[in-house]
Parts: sequence; C-alpha cells; structure tokens
Amino acid sequence: MQRIIGKMREKAKELLEAGTVDAVLGWKKGDFAYDPTPAFFYSTDELDMLAYDGFCGSNLSKYLVEYGKEKGKVLVFLKPCDTYSLNQLVSEHRVDRENVYVVGVGCDGMLDVQKLRDKGIAGIEEIEEAGEDLRIHTLYGLKTCPRDEALLKKCQSCKGKEHKLFDDRIGAEESRDIANEDRFAEVAELEKMSPEERFAFWRAALSSCIRCNACREACPVCSCHTCIFDNARSGVDAKANASEFEENLFHIIRAFHVAGRCSDCGECSRVCPQAIPLHLLNRKMIKDIQSFYGAFQAGDSADQCSPLLSYSPDDIEPDAFDRWKGVM
Amino acid sequence: MLKIGVFVCWCGSNIAGTVDVKAVVEAVKAEPGVVFSTDYQYMCSEGGQSAIRQAIKEYELGGVVICACSPRMHETTFRKAAEAAGLNPYMVEIANIREHCSWIHKDKEEATEKAVVLCRAAIAKLNLNKPLFPGESGVVKRALVIGGGIAGIQTALDIADAGYEVDIVEKSPTIGGRMAQLDKTFPTLDCAACILTPKMVEAAAHEKIRLFTYSEVEEVSGYVGSFRVKIRQKARSVNRELCNGCGECIVKCPSKTASNAFDEGLSKRSAIYIPFAQAVPNLPVIDREACLRFQTGKCGLCEIACSAKAIDYEQEDETITEEYGAIVLATGYRPMSLDRYDEFQYSQSPDVLTSLEFERILNASGPTGGSLLRLSNGEKPKSIVFIQCVGSRSDDGCGKSYCSKICCMYTAKQAMLVKDKYPDIDVTVFYIDVRTPGKNFDEFYRRAAEAYGVRYVKGMVGKVAEWKGRLQVQAVDLLEDKQLLIDADMVVLAAAIEPDPGARKIGAMLAVNMDQNDFFTEAHPKLRPVESPTAGVFLSGMCQGPKDIPETVAQAGAAAVKVLGLLSKDKLVGNPCVAISDETLCNGCSSCEALCPYDAITFEEKQVMVQGRRETRRVAMVNETMCQGCGACTVACPSGAMDLKGFTNRQIMAEVDAICR
Repeated sequence: MQRIIGKMREKAKELLEAGTVDAVLGWKKGDFAYDPTPAFFYSTDELDMLAYDGFCGSNLSKYLVEYGKEKGKVLVFLKPCDTYSLNQLVSEHRVDRENVYVVGVGCDGMLDVQKLRDKGIAGIEEIEEAGEDLRIHTLYGLKTCPRDEALLKKCQSCKGKEHKLFDDRIGAEESRDIANEDRFAEVAELEKMSPEERFAFWRAALSSCIRCNACREACPVCSCHTCIFDNARSGVDAKANASEFEENLFHIIRAFHVAGRCSDCGECSRVCPQAIPLHLLNRKMIKDIQSFYGAFQAGDSADQCSPLLSYSPDDIEPDAFDRWKGVM
Repeated sequence: MLKIGVFVCWCGSNIAGTVDVKAVVEAVKAEPGVVFSTDYQYMCSEGGQSAIRQAIKEYELGGVVICACSPRMHETTFRKAAEAAGLNPYMVEIANIREHCSWIHKDKEEATEKAVVLCRAAIAKLNLNKPLFPGESGVVKRALVIGGGIAGIQTALDIADAGYEVDIVEKSPTIGGRMAQLDKTFPTLDCAACILTPKMVEAAAHEKIRLFTYSEVEEVSGYVGSFRVKIRQKARSVNRELCNGCGECIVKCPSKTASNAFDEGLSKRSAIYIPFAQAVPNLPVIDREACLRFQTGKCGLCEIACSAKAIDYEQEDETITEEYGAIVLATGYRPMSLDRYDEFQYSQSPDVLTSLEFERILNASGPTGGSLLRLSNGEKPKSIVFIQCVGSRSDDGCGKSYCSKICCMYTAKQAMLVKDKYPDIDVTVFYIDVRTPGKNFDEFYRRAAEAYGVRYVKGMVGKVAEWKGRLQVQAVDLLEDKQLLIDADMVVLAAAIEPDPGARKIGAMLAVNMDQNDFFTEAHPKLRPVESPTAGVFLSGMCQGPKDIPETVAQAGAAAVKVLGLLSKDKLVGNPCVAISDETLCNGCSSCEALCPYDAITFEEKQVMVQGRRETRRVAMVNETMCQGCGACTVACPSGAMDLKGFTNRQIMAEVDAICR
C-alpha cells in the first residue's frame, strides 16, 4: 500500500492545517526499509516522515489511550483489523470516540521481515510492493518473493477488509484479497494433545519468556493504568518473580484478563522477541467463548457487551462444561 | 502482629472421629500470629463459646480461627461470642473441617493433614482481616407476591392480615391458578372451587391487597428492604372501572374457536372471555390473537353489546413502578409436555388424556359438563386405565428424575371419583410405587383399592395402541410376572409436573438460583426452606419443588412469616462484606457495571491523585446498600481495582498460598 502514502500525507496536512486535529498518529520511517515505527506528528513539516508500507503491522489503536489524557483531537490511520481494537477501547471508555478522527487505510497484508531473512534475503535496502510479488533491492542485487510467503502470522488469517469504524477512508477498496487460514486450526491441534503433552508444550514455549513485557505493551486491551504485575499491593508482582513456573503464569493470567476483550489482533505474538505463540492462548479463549455463547467478535461494535460480562436466560447451563471436558 | 487464637472443635465424633484434633492444635501452634490453640468437644455449646471469650481476654487476641462446621451453621454464633468479648465480629474466621473434611474422608491421617491445611489457610486469611462495620438501610413496608395461585393467595392473605400492604402480580386474567382447575381435592374430596374461591374473593376484597392480574413483572432492581419493580399490566381491551361483569360481550362474540386454556384446550372459548365463572376479578379480556376486530378490523359486536361502554380497543399496556421491602415467588407449575411419550398415543387419540385434562372432564364446569364421556365418540367408557409416573422418576432422558409427589394421590382420587359415580366402570392403575406419606393419605389410597375396587397393578405400561375403536394397553404385572393386554376406553396419564417456564426469567431478574430441574433453590434445604439465597426474596408453593395443597398452604404461611419478620423491622443491618473500588487503579472500563446483578455499581468522572499528579478519571463507585458481596466484579476487574471487603484478593491469595505451601 505504498501507493496511498501521498493521499495519506495530503489528508493529514489538510486536517492539521484546518485545525480539525491537533496531532496525527501514524507510522514514521525507520532506519531501514522494514522498520517504520508508530509516531505522533504535530506539524505539517514533519509529515514527509509519515510512512505506510508492508511493515506497518503495528496496531496504533493502543496509543490513543495515553494520548486521550492530553485532551486533543487526533487523526489516526487504522488498518481494517486495527479498527476492532479501537472499537473495544471505545466500548471500555478508554478512548473517547469524539477525540479521534479515524482514517481507515487499505491493507494488502502486512509483512514479516524475518520470513524474508529465512529465505536468505539479506542486506535489504528497499522493497517495492506491487501486485503479488515483492521486489527487494538488496546489497547483493534484486530479489523477489511472493507477498503471501512473507505475511505476518496474524495476516494469514485476516479478519477482512472492512473498517469497523472510520471517519474517512483511503485506499480501502483497493485492499488485496488474502487466502484466509482457519485461525483455530493450531488451537485444535493443541486440544488434541493430552493434558501432559499440552503442559509440556506450554512450559517449553513460556520458559523462553524474558519478561520484556512487549506483549503487554503492544496489546490494545492490556492498557490498565496500573498493571497488577506492576502493582506492589496486588501481591502478584512479587510472585511472578519468585519462580520460573510462577513466571509462566504471567501469560496465562494475561490471557484471562483479555478474555472476551481480545480482538485477536495478533500483536502479542508479532512483538514477542522470543517468538512465543502467545496468540494461541487468546484464540483458545475466543474459540471456547464462541462454542459456549455463539459467534462473538470483540471490537465488532463499540456498543456490544462481551458474553463474559452479560447474562441471558438462554446462556448455557453449567452441565455444558461437563460435556466440554470431552474436548479439553 | 495480630494475636490469633485457634479453636478446634470435635463436634462429638463428627470431626474427632476422622480428624486427630489434638494433632491439629499442635500443628498450627507455629503458624504466624498464633499465640493460643486448643480443642473442645462442642465449640458451639455455651462452654465452647465461653472458652473463646475467656481466651480473647486472657491472651488479648486480635482474631480467632474456629475449626468446626460450615460457616453457614455457626458463623453467626462465633461472631457473637467474639463480639461479646470485645472483638470485631469480622475478626473471626471459620475453617470448615467438617463438611469440607471429616465427613468426606475415611482415612484419619489424610483427614488430619487436610484439617491442618484448612486451618492454616484460615490463619493466613485472618492475618489480613480488618475490622468491618455494617451499614444500615430502611425497609419499604410492602410486599410483592409473584403468582396468584393458592400459594400466592395464601401468602398475600397472611401478610395482609398482619396489617401490611401486599400486591399480587398474576400473569393470567384471573387469580386462582391450578387449584381452580381441579374438581375435588384429596384426601377429603372436598370441592376445590368451594374451598378456593372464598380465598380468592377475600384476597380481592382485602383492603391491604392489590391485584395485578393479566400482568407481568418486567424488571426488578434494588435490594432487600427496597426493591423497585416494574410491573406491566397487559391491555385487557376492557376498561376495568366501567365494566360491570355482565358478560353480554361474551355472549355476542362471534369468534368462538379459541382454545380454552382453563379446560386444558379441551374446549373452545370466545375471543372476549372470562376464564371461568368464579374468576377474580370478574372482568373479561379480549384475546387479540383470536378477536376478529383486531385481526381483520371488521366486527365490534362486543362494543355494541356493552351497555357500560367498557370495551376499549385502543387500550395499551400500562407499566407501573412500585417499591417493595420483600418479594415472594409463587410462580407455580404445569404438567410437562408429553410430546416425547408417543408410545401412549397421547397426541394421536382424544381418549388419552393427562390427569389435569381428566380433572376437567370430571368437573361440572368442564368441557363435558361433568359427564364422564369419551372425547372420541361421546360414549360412556367401560374401562379406564391410569398410568402413573409418566415422565416422573425417569431415566429415559425424556422425563424428570424426580418424583412429582402429587400423582399417586390424585390418581387414587380420580379413580375413586370414577368408581363412586360409575361402579360398573373397570378402573386399573399402573404404578411403580404407591407413595402415600401424608395425613390420612394411605387410608385414602387403601379405600380406593379396597372399598372401591380400583385395580392396582405394579408395573409400567409399555404401549397404548388404538385397536378396533378402543385402546389396547400393553403392560406388565411385575408381581404376577406376566404380560397384560387390557382393553380400555380411556387412558389417563399422570404427567410429571414441572416449574412454570416463566419462573426462569423472574429467577434471573432476582438472582435466585434454580436447580437442575428449574425449581428455585432454597437458602438451606432443611433450615431455610422458604428463603431464597437472595436476601428479601422468599419461596412459596410448587416453584420450590413438588408439593400438594396442604403443604403449599403451609409453606405459603411460612413464607408470609418470613416476610413479616422482615417488614416489621425499621432498619436492616447490612453486610459489611461489600465491594470497594480503588479509584487509583480503576480503568473506568465498566466491566463490573455490566455484570453486577444488583446494579450496585455506577461510574463518575472524578479527580484522582496518581503519583502526586491530579487526573480526571472515570471511576467505579459501589453503592454499599445495593451490593450483596457476590464478588463477580472483583473477578471481572482486570486491574484488580475492585475488591471485596472481608474476602480481598490478597486474602484469597494468602489462603491459596497457605494451602499450596
């Protein structure tokens, strides 16, 4: 979607100049072709640094929580899947919808530089995104790679091209179709394991955690003013540091805290430097919620209530859990 | 550090038989804070309580742990004992080493180890306890009874006779309920209407009772002593002030094909109708589904016929909101649907009836005017077969696991009534067991079998088949061990009873639990049988479990007494174990607000000091009188801002840690 950056800059300039917004939240060019980072832009002269390409996988919704405290209106560029997170934050009163001007931007599926590296593509200088193939200019010459082979994990099961909320859209109708994998396939594999095998799987996966907290910092709904793991009075922070096993529970507790709120944006796994498949914990929760309460997608709308927070006389009865044990 | 005393109860051999209480006393001596520990045969006795009081004074205890039975039994006892010795009653913790330990274990070593662990957990929690002080709230001196059957009527009368106002909300157009449909009542065979209708009239005429018939409870908020209830009075299309009950409209109504629910669908009624002759109020209602005026716009004969000008086609539902101090659930029952019992030909043959339908046939105001006739051909039957336990005591997956309790007796009654009037009719009853525990019940059943010659056969019917215009009943006689083929003209099925399906919605509104069969759960099966687990909500009649009329009336009176006990108080002492929100941690996400069953949580924008900085934040506020301390909010709160006094997250974590140590 490099092709729409011009329109994005124009839009940002227009709204900043008109005073409609006080800031612009987007992605800023990085040191390399593949590392644009989230950034606020406060004046029109900064806008040449605004970037939008296949490496803008980060979900900007979360940054609006902190920004909201400064009480100004902000333009934010959101990909279709990012709008689910914003809806969720609006429903939780964490972001004031009135303070945000949402520009939905089209998306061709975001890229994972590691997948290019794994193909032996090194020394990347510039990447041209056009059509189904990536043209990668490297220190060692031009390389090509099919875009679908370099997609981020989270983009392999795309939630679709629809922006769930927006004030304006740029390039939305040009979004590319992505072959959609069953997002619960890996969860189903885990469910097939015996409890012992599954325990061993997660112990192995979580043991590589270095508690950098990147997953928490990137997660849109993990936006508590004070996380219980940072709160000395909770009694939980010290426990997590007490033993390796207790530390593993950080992720389990996090999964419970975001259950029914997680829109499955996949940021937790994307930002994990240890490549722990954290999204699987959330997807298991989502799968169970759907099997108990029917179709539910957190962030589908800002007005809906999570089935975990609501009661209806038609809700499943406790005996359903006995039947459910069969699939555990 | 808190000085803690530990008291381990023997409960005779209830605990001491399985738990080495002396070992528990020794094992917890080294726990943090424990300065004194002892055991006693019955802690709940005066001697035990006095030991607690003395130790509190002698050792200057700041808190006590009682290792004994469930806190549901004696928590109040021990709190009072501690309070008498000058301790805050919430500095008492109970370790349940009876129900949770001695009663469920056989191995003494294991049970002792577990008792020690449970005691340790209580000590760990107590170390984090803080004195708590309950607040007070007022009591609205009015009760609401939901359901206008005999249970609801009796409860309302008992409350009203004591001088308190009471409203009855009944969903159908008349009060009277199931009992009004019955012909005679066992074991005295007095006429149901003759004993019920005076009570209906008394309720209607009582100056303290208001009837809301054809009405439903739509919404409930509030708490014990102060419930706010929204009641929807459905449009009758008849002005109740103007109508004089002459019934001319019913005579003139040309639409006479609606199914008559009062006759269990065995007869037809007009679109404008009064359910039965003695209905209270004597006020017709237009069934808009059946009314030609409402369905086609053409008609209006009732309006022309009405000299009082009471017909009002434009009438709309009215909603009123009223406050109550207490609520009684008397939502009643219905016979279960027999759709899944095709083997008895119920849906195929008009001569196969449920017992309630048969009751209507026997009744002089019923579809046959009280003549015992086959509905297929209008002839008098020569042979009638009663089948008991259809859907009751069932393990076939189609029925109910429980005994419906009333069927043995009403079947004997119906069999006897048939035999009394028509001694020439052969009457056979198939039963699994005949259960007659009740005053004069067994004598009644024996009279049916011995004096009236009703043939009782132990065994279940496998199949009922239509055969040459009659019904062939294929069954087995278990005592004779032989197969039977009986030709019958009518078959009467004692269908299992089930709670009225409307109860579920009301239960959800009031946060009253239901058991697996949808009967309301009482607060304690033996000791609090008419109280629901929700404070201020009481249970009357069949909605709590199967029972006959005498039991229903007794329970109705008991529920009334509990209501009166509540309404006669001027102030209620609250439960101090309520939720509290830490505004510095609250995200303002409203998760707790969404799931609070008591609407006790609201949000407001507030200046909050965070790390020396003033910030305006959206934070949760708990209404302490509305909060029932269920703790749902504390579980939902992601940041841990919500906590429950007396059961804080830290206290629970400390218990878990103590158990896992």
